[in-house]
Amino acid sequence: MSEQPKAVALLSGGLDSMLAAKVVAEQGVHVEGINFFTGFCVEGHTHAIRQKDKDKAKRNNALWSAEQVSIKCHIVDISQEYVSVVTNPKHGYGQNLNPCLDCKGFMVAKAREWMEANGFDFIITGEVIGQRPKSQRRDTFPVVAEESGAGDRLLRPLCAKRLEPTLPEREGWVDREQLHDFTGRSRKPQMQLAAQYGFEDYAQPAGGCCFLTDEHFSRKLADLWQARGTREYDLDDIMLLKLGRHIRPADHYKLIIAREEGENRFLQGYRKRFHAVRDLDNPGPLALVEGEPDSDDLDTAASITARYGKGKMADRVRTEITPPGGEPYLAEVAPMSPGRIPEQWHV
Amino acid sequence: MSETADSRKELDARGLLCPMPVIRTEERIKQLAPGSVLEVRASDPGVLYDIPSWCRVNGHTVLKSREEFEEQVVIVRVKDA
Repeated sequence: MSEQPKAVALLSGGLDSMLAAKVVAEQGVHVEGINFFTGFCVEGHTHAIRQKDKDKAKRNNALWSAEQVSIKCHIVDISQEYVSVVTNPKHGYGQNLNPCLDCKGFMVAKAREWMEANGFDFIITGEVIGQRPKSQRRDTFPVVAEESGAGDRLLRPLCAKRLEPTLPEREGWVDREQLHDFTGRSRKPQMQLAAQYGFEDYAQPAGGCCFLTDEHFSRKLADLWQARGTREYDLDDIMLLKLGRHIRPADHYKLIIAREEGENRFLQGYRKRFHAVRDLDNPGPLALVEGEPDSDDLDTAASITARYGKGKMADRVRTEITPPGGEPYLAEVAPMSPGRIPEQWHV
Repeated sequence: MSETADSRKELDARGLLCPMPVIRTEERIKQLAPGSVLEVRASDPGVLYDIPSWCRVNGHTVLKSREEFEEQVVIVRVKDA
């Protein structure tokens, strides 16, 4: 071990991980933060896209946390490797498509790799016994430690006093007496500790910071897998699931319809990959058609797209359909009345 | 492999949404010599917050940041060794 112990702290951007890093840094340990980008982070992407969110603070909460604790922070892209965690979780899903226990094990494993590659001594997480029903339980903690390969180099400073002493405690790298014994779902102890450190304006995302815990998002991802017949995705798929109105008239094609100007602009970037549909006569959304639509399907898509534009009450509108990489052509259609769009088409 | 510090380097992060421009910036800076200057060009307004924040915690210096039409430009000086 180096003269000054070194710890890498998983920083999610939430309060608990920030506190855990601070508790250990206060003891003279050299702490650096690490934040993993999975593609499913709630913050950032959608705010950057939507016009209505233009005035919202766009700060990255992991970086903000690191600044509060005065530690370095590394953001690491694990989105490619993370696919197998989402598509084939050994421990199954939570309430939605959230593979929380597998996710935690995977992230701690990636932190262990980083620790070993950079000559650090142990890993810190902000986990608290009983905080999360799926992944933060007394019986799941050893699973994460073992499957990640971190073993007893994994320290949970917020509840360490309720657990067996880990290597950093036994070796005296940290003083166990200055660690905590938090438990359960109450946030009061964390909020008191935050006040003690002078932390204000910290992120408190309801239900976590991951889109996979969101019921609607999970439904759209399940629909994508069902339609493709395979549980695969790429980062563009995830981006497109985060925005727009998704309507699936048939198994073999789906519309993604922009809901506002920011989404319209963002979807423009995907025009070469999908059929693109827009109303030429009236202001309205851009729609992308994903899948294998035939010409009748594209007329239906144009009719649906026109329903969400200013010309929705018109008898007929001229629409432009542009095949991926092809030349645009005109299609005159009647905007579809809301009653003709069955509820089950809405994904 | 480390590059020399004698000329300004560029990173095109246009079309990427945060935190990807920050990740690309970190990856690029790892390859640069201390004192190098890196100009990051992006299309996500979030970089005007995130890259300076990342620089502050990691010891690099933002020399300038500005918006040009619909793009953002952040110029970073890599910290000394």
